[in-house]
Amino acid sequence: MHRRLTLPQGLFHPQLHRLLLGISLAAALLTSTLSTAGEAQPMAKDPQVEQRLNHISEELRCLVCQNESLASSRAELANDLREEVRKLIVDGMDDATIKTYLVDRYGDFVLYRPTVKPLTWVLWFGPFLALVLGIAGMMLYLRARRAAQVPAAPLTDTQRQKVNAILNAGDAP
Amino acid sequence: MKKFLIPFGLFMVLIAFLAIGLNRDPKEIPSPLVGRVAPAFELATLDPAAPPFSPQRMRGQVWMLNVWATWCVACRQEHPLLVAFSRANQLPIVGLNYKEVQVQDRPQGVAVDAEGQLALARQKGGTWLQRYGNPYVATAFDLDGRVGINYGVYGVPETYLIDQAGVIRYKQIGVLTPEILQDRILPLVKQLTAAGG
Amino acid sequence: MIVELGHFALILATCVAFIQGTLPLAGTLRDNVRWQNAARPAALLQFTLIAFAYGILTYAAVTNDFSVRYIAAQSNLLLPLPYKVASVWGGHEGSLLLWVLMLSGWTLAVALFSERLPLAMVARVISVLGLIAVGFLLFILFTSSPFERLLPAPADGRDLNPLLQDPGLVIHPPMLYMGYVGFSVAFAFAVAALLSGRMDAAWARWSRPWTVVAWVFMTTGIALGSWWAYYELGWGGWWFWDPVENASLMPWLFGTALIHALMVTDKRGGFKAWSVLLAIGAFSLCLLGTFLVRSGVLTSVHAFANDPERGIFILILLALVVGISLMLFAWRAPKATLGGDIGLVSRESLLLTNSVLLVVATAAVLLGTIYPLIIDALNLGKLSVGAPYFNAVFVPLMVPVIFLMVPGGIAHWRENRLRALANDMRVPAIAAIATGAAVWLFTDRGTWLSGMGSALAAWVVVGLCVQIITRLQKPGRIAPSFWGMHLAHLGIAVIVIGITFVKGYEEERDVRMSIGDTVSLSNYRFQLTDVAIADGPNYKALRASVEVSKDGRVIEVLEPEKRKYFSSAMPMTEAAIDYGWFRDLYVALGDPIQGGAPQWSMRVYYKPFVSWLWGGAVLMVLGGLFSISDRRYRKGSAPQIA
Repeated sequence: MHRRLTLPQGLFHPQLHRLLLGISLAAALLTSTLSTAGEAQPMAKDPQVEQRLNHISEELRCLVCQNESLASSRAELANDLREEVRKLIVDGMDDATIKTYLVDRYGDFVLYRPTVKPLTWVLWFGPFLALVLGIAGMMLYLRARRAAQVPAAPLTDTQRQKVNAILNAGDAP
Repeated sequence: MKKFLIPFGLFMVLIAFLAIGLNRDPKEIPSPLVGRVAPAFELATLDPAAPPFSPQRMRGQVWMLNVWATWCVACRQEHPLLVAFSRANQLPIVGLNYKEVQVQDRPQGVAVDAEGQLALARQKGGTWLQRYGNPYVATAFDLDGRVGINYGVYGVPETYLIDQAGVIRYKQIGVLTPEILQDRILPLVKQLTAAGG
Repeated sequence: MIVELGHFALILATCVAFIQGTLPLAGTLRDNVRWQNAARPAALLQFTLIAFAYGILTYAAVTNDFSVRYIAAQSNLLLPLPYKVASVWGGHEGSLLLWVLMLSGWTLAVALFSERLPLAMVARVISVLGLIAVGFLLFILFTSSPFERLLPAPADGRDLNPLLQDPGLVIHPPMLYMGYVGFSVAFAFAVAALLSGRMDAAWARWSRPWTVVAWVFMTTGIALGSWWAYYELGWGGWWFWDPVENASLMPWLFGTALIHALMVTDKRGGFKAWSVLLAIGAFSLCLLGTFLVRSGVLTSVHAFANDPERGIFILILLALVVGISLMLFAWRAPKATLGGDIGLVSRESLLLTNSVLLVVATAAVLLGTIYPLIIDALNLGKLSVGAPYFNAVFVPLMVPVIFLMVPGGIAHWRENRLRALANDMRVPAIAAIATGAAVWLFTDRGTWLSGMGSALAAWVVVGLCVQIITRLQKPGRIAPSFWGMHLAHLGIAVIVIGITFVKGYEEERDVRMSIGDTVSLSNYRFQLTDVAIADGPNYKALRASVEVSKDGRVIEVLEPEKRKYFSSAMPMTEAAIDYGWFRDLYVALGDPIQGGAPQWSMRVYYKPFVSWLWGGAVLMVLGGLFSISDRRYRKGSAPQIA
């Protein structure tokens, strides 16, 4: 970019004008050559669109790869699909609609993050259910264990302290 | 105590699933387009003088759409089958040439415009078909692959069977074999022709 | 000729393994000491035979014997020597041979380091290991022999996959296999305990060091794989939840649970059946992993060439080994005695919680990995489960596990008042909340996630400092296993910091650059100064020179490459990395850009604290090694039965 020199009226003089014009032209040429070896341009034409693309394509699968997301795959079909998603973003589609667009053509398989629907309830909620059941089961077990453990004669306080001291001496885990 | 058998039981269920899984191909993705109308498109064909091809043109008949390319090695495998099939004239086959012009075809540092790409594709495709036989009633050129995306194409070759109303009835992923033609496609064609005719 | 000797050695080894698997075991059932004594020599003989076979395959690789089909597929005349040696385990058949070599190696180790154990126990353990060896040797002989000939022999081999031509390959699989196979020893001990009908504390005491060693190898193998993916694959990722990665993570999780459960069984005689079940489970997951990777049932970047026949064989092997062990468990485990009494709040109950959490986490990973298979098998369609699922489910499950490290170390055996325990944890709690809040609110781009990760790490670090300080104030020598525990837990905290900061604060730029162009990232400036052609032993490369400077001073010149190996059509990206204690700078060279002045696509990354991921793994390994060096396990000391 170069700035146009504006001359105050009083300084107007044809020779000076030409000289200053010449200097400004030279300056313009010089700065433009410098800017070609300057800051690298992003690969993407529009960083905003690219950001959305990355976000969406991380949740999509590359169909021809062995287990990669659409974001990180370098396969040709992946390039094509990313280009397609770019177009859809520029067209103003939101994330959910774009995903549906692709699912309509390729099926559920294209989603890297499975949707939460009755078919995947076990997948999404199973582990947490298992956790709750596991902890509950464990506590019931410990209680039952305690009950089954009734000693012949219950420990006196001194005995109990002794047992604890012996058990907890030493650092070995 | 029954509860000690739970791990064994769970494990056996796992084994059962794994055994079934052995017979499945995890890379095969069934198409959600089966049962839906074939997406519309209009693409230039092999003959520069002819009008562009659109699936509308094939309404009223049962036909096959075969996705292929000259760079596809597997396509050469199924091609003789297609040529023989078309000669027996059992049903019209339309070729969808997919992304013919590849990166390595474009000279470095020179941008090639759409017209130039189409010309190059026609040349490459035409030469290949002359050499290996042309089973197609028409060949459409999907240069950028967008029509392919609409059809859910993710590899080449792929073949679609489309009925008289333009609805996709079957999608074959990968190379066509005589067995698939005999056991799956021809019976379906017969069924559709009887129903529609 | 020599190659056939190798094949013959394997056949002999199978026969020896069969005898090793049956004779000593029968000896324990019939109280025949001579038969039991056959265990150790059989183990030695089996190892010798398999080592011989392995040596022959290596010899074939090193001497470029392409009449061997496997070598022709994996190696190449131009391949540098270290990779020729490594190519022996580069493919399915050779890697299986490595597997059985290690299995026989571990068996021999058990034979040699078990003088203190009763003979009957040793006999049972070695027999079980022998039976497993029979299974794998038969698998090799019938479906996957590396000694098959290819005639006429080609003049040159096909070459090792370029992705694998890397120092990482030389160490990662062997370490991983040492871990996988190592868990077979813990498994054998568990099954031996079941067979003897006595699952007492002694079994746990003997089993612990073997389990920890296997765990150490497994940790090393997984960390190396992750690091290798990071620098080799070209886009800076380090974990992809790929089925094969999951196949190694699952036994690791179970192994960790096992180490902790064994502490209770060893010290208090409690949770015997549970420890046995965990040991069976850990090895089952190893076998399951082998199946998943080699059967073609799942898609994975790691998958070996698939063959349904092989898949069926491994499935049968898996079903038999695990099925029989679980039947044995159902039969014998109910007879296990209860052990000492345990309070609802106690170290034991915390360790049991650790088990439950890790088992659930493993189940989640397993579920995610095979869910597509289950849905397909039920004809309900085809869906896929990728990284977003695992990240969403696994991370919340692991947070409580890591949280429990502090109370688990502080709590007393047998019983601990809840209030007293909470009181002891005040200091770490304050440190955690303060750190979390500070990171969330005061760092650029801080989120509640980075806050939580930092809080968790601070909790663990301050917690272990408190424990160490408390202990140092008491008299007496400190056992190495004390340091072991804290080192390993510190390692986890370090990994948490690594993950938190890399995920929360990493930066990336994807740019097009001409010579002279610069791009800035964080406070670093990257300038492309040159792009030239370079020659390698079996490839041709495009090499870029990128000058990295900070505050005007050049600190490094990175040289990313794009390589074209003669043997493969796929170009390989070799990223250039400037490693640092607190950040990595990562540059990957892309394709030249069509049209106009010469330009190339480049990706530069700023990855803060990423080396803490591998650093944490090193600490964990050190922790494990300290634990094993404890006097209890050393040869001379007297055995103590808890």
